Amino acid sequence: MTQPWIEGRFEENVITTTVEQAINWARQSSIWPMTFGLACCAIEMMAAGASRFDMDRFGAGAFRASPRQADLMIVAGTVTYKMGSRLRRLYNQMPNPKFVIAMGACTVGGGPYFKYGYHVVKGVDLVVPVDVYVPGCPPRPEALLEGLMRIQDKIKGHKIARLAGANVGIKVDDELPVPHHSGYVEAPEEVSVYDHQKITG
Amino acid sequence: MMSGQAFLDRIKNEFGDKITGANLAAIDPWVEVAPEGLVEVCKYLRDQPDLRFNMLNCISGVDYFEPDPKKAAKLDWQPHLEVVYHLSSLPTKISLVLKVILPRWKGDRPGDLPEVPSVSGVWSTADWHEREVFDLVGVRFSGHPDLRRILCPEDWVGYPLRKDYEMPLEYHGIRGR
Ligand code: SF4
Repeated sequence: MTQPWIEGRFEENVITTTVEQAINWARQSSIWPMTFGLACCAIEMMAAGASRFDMDRFGAGAFRASPRQADLMIVAGTVTYKMGSRLRRLYNQMPNPKFVIAMGACTVGGGPYFKYGYHVVKGVDLVVPVDVYVPGCPPRPEALLEGLMRIQDKIKGHKIARLAGANVGIKVDDELPVPHHSGYVEAPEEVSVYDHQKITG
Repeated sequence: MMSGQAFLDRIKNEFGDKITGANLAAIDPWVEVAPEGLVEVCKYLRDQPDLRFNMLNCISGVDYFEPDPKKAAKLDWQPHLEVVYHLSSLPTKISLVLKVILPRWKGDRPGDLPEVPSVSGVWSTADWHEREVFDLVGVRFSGHPDLRRILCPEDWVGYPLRKDYEMPLEYHGIRGR
C-alpha cells in the first residue's frame, strides 16, 4: 500500500487525508464483535477480551449482544448442524460490512469431531463466508488478536472510490492484503541508525 | 442390609418370571427385568419401606452391535440393545442396576423401534432421560407423555449412537463431508 502524495506535507495540526482512508481508519479501529461463543474456544475469546490480553486496544472490545450492532462474528467453538441455520441467520442479520473469524480447529474444519462427529459441521465456511481462519485447539488469545489484525488489514485495503471515465459508477476493486512470510502484511522497514549497522550481503 | 442373593430371591418371589436374570458378581450388580414387568418392579422398588429407591440416577441405552463381520464372528453375544437403569435410595443408601434387554429392531424389522414401557410415571426424572435414549439410541418408550427428540434437531434422520448409523451427507444444504 502506497502513501498518498499529500499525506504529511503540511505542518502540525493540519491533517490531510482521503475520505477512503478516514473511513477505513474509523472502521478498522472500531470492529465490534458479536458475543457468540459456542464451545471451549469461547473461553479463550473471553480471555482475549479481558484485561490481560485486552482486545480493546484494537478497538474491538465492545462485544455486542445483538447481531445488528456487530461488525465481526468470531465463531468461537463447535458448530453443529442444528446451530448452522441459526449461525447463518445471525450472519444475515449483521449490517454490512461484516467480517467472520473462524476461531479454532472446530470451525476451521471440524477439528476433533471431523471423523466421528455426526452432528458437527465440517468447517464453518460451509455455512458462512469466512475472512480469517485462526487455527488451534483452542487458539491462544494472541492468535485471536493476530486474526483481528488481519481483519484490520483487510479493511485497510477497502476501496470506496468509483471508477472514472467510461466505467463511471463501477466500484474500484478492494486491495487484498499481500501476506508476507513474517506474518505481517507489509515487511517492516529495515531501520538502521548508522550506515555501518546495515546488514549487507 | 440384606445380601444380594436374599434381595434377588425376594423380588423373584414377588414377580416370578418377570425377573429374567441377574449378575451379582459384577462390579455393579444388576438384575434383568422383562419389559412387561418393568413399571411394576420399579413401583415396588420405590415404595417398599425398606428399599425406597427414590432416585433414578440415569437411564442409558447401549447398542451391542459390531459392524465388522470379522470381529462380530468372534464375539460371545448376539446383537441386541440394553436399557440400563441406575437406581439409588437416599434414605437407605443402597444402589441397584436394572437392565432391560431388547432386540435391535422390534420383530427384526429394521426401522421398527423396540419398545419399553416408560417409567416417567414412577420417577419424573425419567422423562428427559427417556427422550435422550429415544433420540440417540432409538428405543420407543411406550406411555411416555412427550416422546420427542431432545438433542438432535426434530427433523433428524436416524439414531446417531447406534453402531450401524450412517452419518448424513448433507443436512439442510450444509455439506456433511
Ligand atoms: S477447536 Fe478445540 S477448543 Fe475450540 S471449540 Fe473445538 S474442541 Fe473446543
